[in-house]
Amino acid sequence: MRGANLALGAAGLAAFLALGEAVPRLGLVKEAYFPPTSRIAGALGDELADSAFWTALGDTLTGWALGLAIAVGAGIVAGVIVSVVPHLREATASTIEFLRPIPSVALIPLAVLLYGTELRSVLLLVVYASFWQILIQVLYGVQDVDPVAEETARSYGLGTWARVRHVLWPTALPYVMTGVRLAAAVALILVITAELVIGAPGLGARIAVAQTSQAVPEMYALIVVTGVLGLLINVGARTVERRALAWHQSVRGEVAV
Amino acid sequence: MTGTSLRRAGAGAWRRVLLRLLFTLALPAVLVTAWWVASDGSTNVYWPPLRTILKAFPDVWTGERLRTDVRPSVLRLLGGYATAAVVGVALGTVIGSYRRVRAVCEPVLEFLRAVPPPVLVPVIMLFAGIGDTMKVVVIASGCVWPVLLNTVEGVRAVDPVMAETARSYGISGPARLRGVVLPSASPQIFAGLRQALSIGIILMVISEMFAASNGLGFTIVQFQRGFAIADMWTGILVLGLLGFVLSVLFQVVERRVLGWYHGLRASTRRSP
Repeated sequence: MRGANLALGAAGLAAFLALGEAVPRLGLVKEAYFPPTSRIAGALGDELADSAFWTALGDTLTGWALGLAIAVGAGIVAGVIVSVVPHLREATASTIEFLRPIPSVALIPLAVLLYGTELRSVLLLVVYASFWQILIQVLYGVQDVDPVAEETARSYGLGTWARVRHVLWPTALPYVMTGVRLAAAVALILVITAELVIGAPGLGARIAVAQTSQAVPEMYALIVVTGVLGLLINVGARTVERRALAWHQSVRGEVAV
Repeated sequence: MTGTSLRRAGAGAWRRVLLRLLFTLALPAVLVTAWWVASDGSTNVYWPPLRTILKAFPDVWTGERLRTDVRPSVLRLLGGYATAAVVGVALGTVIGSYRRVRAVCEPVLEFLRAVPPPVLVPVIMLFAGIGDTMKVVVIASGCVWPVLLNTVEGVRAVDPVMAETARSYGISGPARLRGVVLPSASPQIFAGLRQALSIGIILMVISEMFAASNGLGFTIVQFQRGFAIADMWTGILVLGLLGFVLSVLFQVVERRVLGWYHGLRASTRRSP
């Protein structure tokens, strides 16, 4: 079953790559705008041989990992506290609902003024954006707690901490995992954005340079790298999710079919 | 029911409304006051007093500017978001329903989803120039993934008992889709739509910062480059307000569409 899925997936990927080669070759789109797969692959090879590329990759990953770690820690702690302390959810709802939708990119001008192209500038955007993703998922998850399980735990005399640990956390975990996965993606988006728009060193800044120097295949190659980076991050997050949620319906159902 | 108990019930409702109002307004009031007091008399160029920011607000955001900067931004966002929602739910339902289709599409979709949408701005600029089309396409291409992903997950996690029951009753095709699959997946779909909304606003601002002659993102960057710090802060406030208003609208729609779901949960909560 797994082998068959893998083969189907590989076929899909091969078809996608072949399409990328065929469409510009057949002249359906201009080759200058959309280079065929083989030329992008060539440009990618040149990038991988360049040590400046690896430095840029390191800068991007540092900003991403630091920002995400801060956001996840703060988001989970804040989310659990807000849901557990009586009335805190109601009291903070309006503030969260106002602060959360403020797009972190609105802070770009402020970040430029305060920190210039430093790492802190990137972190400001990344943490602000991913923190709310986690927090909201934790709150959604806690809302989803089975009332019967909650009442049962209460009648068995479980304390606040025990209920957080054994009722609230298992219910919220699928949501938290979704939150972490989305936050990881959003964090990458914001790191790349900060580099692209502000010019902080990293892959985004390299893409901006490639764009201004009209190096279209190099630009595509770097975009492929960001895509692969995002893919590795997602696959990593999914693996962690599967491990952590092996007992859950959405994961178990997949195996049983 | 007697008159007294009716009156008492009315008083109780009033108290509940007042309490809710208090909960809604208390923390924001405290925070705004704290900002006001902390920034009052601030000489730091980057953190002007709140008083100055609020004084600049009506001068900056006049009717003219609402028409030339806010309206185009909002229209671009809505266009891209609506496209993403329709495409995401439709594709997600198909992909989530058929295990084979999911297996074929998954690697490609995983890759496309993983590409951070802002890097597509330079690419989409090659094809679509720097006009409104570019911005709408950028927004749509970024928003579609959370919707698609959540729809697939939601459709996949349909309660097996419900699915089996529907099958034994011979419910299939569009009826199955409308009556079983979509309702069962809708809480997940809405979670995806909510994520997509914030990504959409981010992309709206970025695409306007990159290349535009109007729009909120463009204006705020102009203020920053001109060191009009108080004006820049009013821009950040306007973006915050826009995000807030859209989020409220989203909640109204969600409450209408998912009313049954919240009702179901509430009734499970009430009955032991």
